[in-house]
Amino acid sequence: MKTHTQNSVLIRTDRLDKIYPLGATNLKALDDINLSVTKGEFVGFVGPSGSGKTTLLNIIGSLDVPTHGSAEVLGRKIESLSHTEAASLRNGHIGFIFQTFNLLPVYTVYENVEFPLLLQGMESAARKKLVEDALAWVGLADRADSRPAQLSGGQSQRVAIARAIVKKPEVVLADEPTANLDAANSHHIMKTMVQLNKELKTTFIFATHDEKVIGYLRRKITLVDGKISRDETLGKKPRK
Amino acid sequence: MLTLKLALRNILNAGLRTWLNVVALSFSFVAIIFLQGFYDGLNDQVEHATIDALYGGGQYWQTAYDPYDPLSLDDAHEVVPKKLDSLVAAKEATPILIRRGTIYPHGRFRSVLLKGIDPDQRILSIPTFLLNDSAQAIPALIGSRMAKSIGAQKGDIVTVQWRDVHGTFDARDVNIVDVFSSSVQDIDNNQIWLPLGELRRLTKMTGQATMVVLDKRVAPVGELPGWSFKDLGFLLRDIHSLVRMKSVGASVLYLLLVFLAMLAIFDTQVLSIWRRRKEMGTLMALGMTRTKVIELFTTEGALHSLLAALVAALYGIPLLAFAANTGFRLPNAADTLGFAIGERLFPSYTPPLVIGTTILVCLVTTIVSFLPTRKIAHLKPTDALRGKMS
Repeated sequence: MKTHTQNSVLIRTDRLDKIYPLGATNLKALDDINLSVTKGEFVGFVGPSGSGKTTLLNIIGSLDVPTHGSAEVLGRKIESLSHTEAASLRNGHIGFIFQTFNLLPVYTVYENVEFPLLLQGMESAARKKLVEDALAWVGLADRADSRPAQLSGGQSQRVAIARAIVKKPEVVLADEPTANLDAANSHHIMKTMVQLNKELKTTFIFATHDEKVIGYLRRKITLVDGKISRDETLGKKPRK
Repeated sequence: MLTLKLALRNILNAGLRTWLNVVALSFSFVAIIFLQGFYDGLNDQVEHATIDALYGGGQYWQTAYDPYDPLSLDDAHEVVPKKLDSLVAAKEATPILIRRGTIYPHGRFRSVLLKGIDPDQRILSIPTFLLNDSAQAIPALIGSRMAKSIGAQKGDIVTVQWRDVHGTFDARDVNIVDVFSSSVQDIDNNQIWLPLGELRRLTKMTGQATMVVLDKRVAPVGELPGWSFKDLGFLLRDIHSLVRMKSVGASVLYLLLVFLAMLAIFDTQVLSIWRRRKEMGTLMALGMTRTKVIELFTTEGALHSLLAALVAALYGIPLLAFAANTGFRLPNAADTLGFAIGERLFPSYTPPLVIGTTILVCLVTTIVSFLPTRKIAHLKPTDALRGKMS
């Protein structure tokens, strides 16, 4: 298995198509996607609903596979991974942030953040240190014993961010992370992620159509009807 | 280990939902063991009562004797062999002579079995010592069912007719010295117990018997010409088959209760999957393999049943112990079942029953937990994350 080097291309797609059978016809969700993302980028797939943002994010996250073409993530060809290899890639190298937070409801904040580390089989003391650090980064160290039901939307998404970054992944994939948040919380979340990107050099990839998120991106890839219509660099530094 | 840890964390953190399932499942444990204990108790009780009152430690039968053919009694008598006689002398065996006869209660007649037994025997739990009581007529002992059917009571004089060894008819009055009560119908219905010596004298069958009953602690003396040994396995075979027949109903109930337990956990698991499919998608997105997710949910089901077993033990053990010690009073109609049950039925909760049922229910619930979770194997992570079943 290939390994990637610093400042190398982490993600590369080549003539990637994704087709869903839709009754008697087929729906082409992604059409000839060619892109590459390098380490430390803060990039967003932008476009209206149905443009293929989430589908592309899912393929990069090895939750789905391309119908045609190739997607290479951290040196692994997504289309050739077994279920176990895909799970291992996700567990070891990719963090997910979802629109609806997807916290495990019966776990405390601490246990939610700890979960990916448990899957890695990390020993208890190391786990504790990383979880406490992650909670400190997102400013929720004092809510470690709370349950998701006791948190606000903004706090829940911060827990989800902590869970995504606790294992220090190379890539964090965030699907509409601010869709269920008000403006103040959205900015707070985005600033947290910008800071993490800066401090940990973690690559962040967003799927969004939220202008608030777009304002923080350094690279914007616009998707329309499953095709990349524009790929633009927005500036050297994200908005503060 | 991780799966177990996560499953335990999941079900303990789920709080009320877990405890409701656990309590419901624990009812199944207790109900299954409670009811099955009834039938085991019935089996034990019938067996012990029959051994105590009728079979002892096994019987030597005169080879012509066939309990299902009353006519065989004409030839089923022989002098007790010396080997058995020495056991009789040591009070380790008791001979019984059985003859056909007729009694004439209140001017009617009725065919009966006349059974001669040593009044001083202590091998069978029949109050034969009362046969030492009569000063005038020949003392006779009858059971309460027999007394009821012929309208006789203690102190009555009844005429009895029989044929001696040469086939000659003779008749005498016997004095019913007592009416005994026994749960074993085979020592009661259509039978009159007489002192062995009297019956031998009346039938001119000196030293003879139809069968010799051994004490429970005595081993058979081996092959004896003209006699065949019947062990308890043989003697109890009818009772066992009768109890087995009655147990079929119990087994149906047993299976029904297991099925209900199964249904409860199946329902819980199906509901869990339906409600937690998004959670499963999240688990997969976080890097859990499909196999691990199936393992996790199956382990949760298994842990539910283990917790249920613990909860069932908390209230079930005192409850079942109370039932086993106090027993249950049976209605009079129970006497017509054909079993030697007695007035009270004491359920029997043996370790094999309790452990076996616990293992069975735990196994079944684990399998039933696995079946709906197996569906996850076909669930696409992207569909699961959207809360959709693919």
